[in-house]
Amino acid sequence: MNTLIFRTVAPFLTALMVLFSLFVLLRGHNEPGGGFIGGLIAVSALAIFGIANGIAAVRRALWFHPMAISAFGLFIACLAGLMSIFFAVPFMTGLWITPVILGVEIPLSSVMLFDTGVYLVVVGSITSIALALEAGDDA
Amino acid sequence: MTGTMGFTLLAFCLPFIGAFVAPFLTRLLGHNAAWPLALIPFAVFLHFLGFNADIADGRIVTGGYMWVPSYNVSFSWLIDGLSLTFLLLISGIGTLIMLYAGGYLKGHPQQGRFFSFILMFMGAMLGLVASDSFLMLFVFWELTSITSFLLIGFDHAREASRRAALQALIVTGGGGLFLLAGLLLLWDVTDVTQFSLLMSFGPELRASPFYLAILFLMLGGAFTKSAQFPFHFWLPNAMEAPTPVSAYLHSATMVKAGVYLLMRLNPVMGGTPAWETILPAIGGLTLLVGAVLAIRQTDLKLMLAYTTVASLGLLVMLTGFGSEHAIAAAALYLVAHSLFKGALFMVAGLIDHETGTRDVTKLGGLRRAMPITFLAALLAALSMGGLPPFFGFLAKEEIYAALAGGNARAIAFTTTAVLGNALMFAVAFAVALKPFLGTAVATPKRAHEGPALLWIGPLLLAVKGLAIGVFSGLAHVLLTAPLASAIAGTPQTITISAVPHMGIALYLSLLTVAIGVFVFLKLDAARAAADRLIEDIGWGPDRGFDQAMRGLVRMATRVTRLTQPGLMEIYVTATFVVVALALLVPPAVYGEWPRAPVWPADMPFHELAVMALAALGIVAVLMASNRLTAIVALGIQGFCVAMLFLLFGAPDLAFTQFMIETLSVVILALAMTRLKLTPRDHRPLREKIPDAVIATACGVGFALYLLRVTQGRFDSALTDFFNLYSKTIAHGANVVNVIIVDFRGTDTLGEIAVVMVTGLAILSLIRIRKGRRA
Repeated sequence: MNTLIFRTVAPFLTALMVLFSLFVLLRGHNEPGGGFIGGLIAVSALAIFGIANGIAAVRRALWFHPMAISAFGLFIACLAGLMSIFFAVPFMTGLWITPVILGVEIPLSSVMLFDTGVYLVVVGSITSIALALEAGDDA
Repeated sequence: MTGTMGFTLLAFCLPFIGAFVAPFLTRLLGHNAAWPLALIPFAVFLHFLGFNADIADGRIVTGGYMWVPSYNVSFSWLIDGLSLTFLLLISGIGTLIMLYAGGYLKGHPQQGRFFSFILMFMGAMLGLVASDSFLMLFVFWELTSITSFLLIGFDHAREASRRAALQALIVTGGGGLFLLAGLLLLWDVTDVTQFSLLMSFGPELRASPFYLAILFLMLGGAFTKSAQFPFHFWLPNAMEAPTPVSAYLHSATMVKAGVYLLMRLNPVMGGTPAWETILPAIGGLTLLVGAVLAIRQTDLKLMLAYTTVASLGLLVMLTGFGSEHAIAAAALYLVAHSLFKGALFMVAGLIDHETGTRDVTKLGGLRRAMPITFLAALLAALSMGGLPPFFGFLAKEEIYAALAGGNARAIAFTTTAVLGNALMFAVAFAVALKPFLGTAVATPKRAHEGPALLWIGPLLLAVKGLAIGVFSGLAHVLLTAPLASAIAGTPQTITISAVPHMGIALYLSLLTVAIGVFVFLKLDAARAAADRLIEDIGWGPDRGFDQAMRGLVRMATRVTRLTQPGLMEIYVTATFVVVALALLVPPAVYGEWPRAPVWPADMPFHELAVMALAALGIVAVLMASNRLTAIVALGIQGFCVAMLFLLFGAPDLAFTQFMIETLSVVILALAMTRLKLTPRDHRPLREKIPDAVIATACGVGFALYLLRVTQGRFDSALTDFFNLYSKTIAHGANVVNVIIVDFRGTDTLGEIAVVMVTGLAILSLIRIRKGRRA
């Protein structure tokens, strides 16, 4: 789509949406949201970017192949599940720590890591499908 | 005791560890890696030798670890006379084979891989013969098939190797499936999963209505593995493998696994008319077929391979014959055969390695050039021919003593044994004498004695055959009597010695030797006669195997064409027809249609509006003038559903639905442009109607299904549980998310794996299309 307004706005829109998707991912445990929804938002952000500026721009912006992102997501999701092995509790048991950083209590957990994995899998897989479809015959 | 158990476990793991380090060691040391690697089987040999005193006293050693306690599956071993004999043969001959392989494949670029494969096989074979648990036996059984596949196909650049490897895998691996079914039936009938516990179930098993089924399944496993007629064809073809493999797998160890299984089952399944008919009959037939086919060959390895088939037939025949004498004979012959056949195979390989040919008609006069090889060959052949004072003589005497009798059955089997043995006698000396005697013949390579690595193995095995024959008393106490006891299931003693004593056995032996010498002298005529016989028969199981494989491929092609026509239209139609049937048929059959829903009286305006909008979206889809509009209009309907979710308190679901709708519109549009569809659907109405019917049926079906589900009684136990514990246990207020990532996290892990694999699949599908066009 070659409208000037869309092309100009798209990068900002994409950046905002990706930021929002991270917000949705992180707040997911207590408010509506989570890795799956966050991932889908990020995908639509990338789709907008792709429609506006072409797939080459998206691939450059992603740096990694989207399938590699997906695989990495699955990897850290597995890792999050396996962490429990060091605490002698069953696979996938949620583990929590709440370190105080700059005076703020920040709850971190293996569950959050797992959700991040879900996020990356969704982003990577669907983006790679969309990009491949969009690529047409030339790429 | 636990210390010993740990060491035993280590002994089972050691070959696999060796298989892992072998390639690195070979890169470091070249062919000399054989020396340190041979220490592995040697250590295993020494470890199991330590059990000898216990076993000789008539005890059995069991041990192991629980594996899946809930199914009573364990990793456990049973060491009695039978398994110990096999363990010692496998590790002992294995030691020599490692050295031999070091010399034989010297300088081969993939020697490390070869060492690795053969050690893996060794580990599998050790596990097989020591398995107490049924499942472990099966796992190791199939592992030997797989490793043998790798070894036969080692020279994978040649088509003959690949075919032989595949054939061996299909025949023996397929037989393994019979074994699995048999073991499961055995488990079902007796309720035990271990051989050590099975031994007391003999009477129940023989009386069970499933006895015949179990017997046939077990025989299916044993006969394919041990190359009994008509499954014998894979064994000669397996001679495509490098000679160390032939010497090890296809004479001394793997092919005996089937015999091992029969011997293991003899105490609980033997003694029935079926057992004592099928086993000797098939065994005897295999003996004769193998011996005749052996005479026909001129290739040293193939001659030996067919005599191996014959020997295996003899062993099966003896195991099923049904007398204690026959069991003792089987025990003796089993050990004797492993020793002399292993040695002769290595001799054949040695001749091939040093002269460049193993065609017996093109060899002669090697006795000066290769004196040590000649000595080893001669000693092994004397044992194979059954001449005193060699071990083979003891075995043959015992065989004749066991078989000879007055009734028709005994006479028939005695004749079979004499004929088979006589032909094998001729082949033994054809292999051991023809290449060495006579005038020297020019060979592709100038013949000279091979390196120590190559002759040490055959010489040691051959000498052992002599030693056991001479010191038979000691050997019986330590090895063969416990072996026979384990096969029979009751304590046995063996007394036969190398000193000939008058009797029917000796006369039969003399007859055998006489016929053998006669055939040996007339070998060329015998070969021509056997050739004619086989050519007159024409069709054989080997060709049958090819025909079966071709038929299988043709059938697979036909079935694939039928079920996978490659037209997306057909796939999609089929999918939705099945969905519609699944939704509509069960309620129609069981009469469980939903009641008509009650329309709420005070429906708020905004809810009504959203629903109307959704309905409008559907109308828009149907009325759309081109496809792109239709896709976007579909989005309207989806968004309205998402709104409904939001209104009824499911923000997470609504959120997801919004995103999914957006993305599916984008992806559908992209797919449409990729497929280069025309903007409009130009089909005539009569082609659209079937699709419309299917779509309506699916929609109505889903609506009715959902109505029915919501009319059922709602069990709130799960809801209560998650609401109660979400915050307290999982530290999360959003129950939906907590379920996804914590309570049911393992499900999610599976789902994201599916998402990723689906992504990969779609990606590769798109790429394939690209490749084709380019």
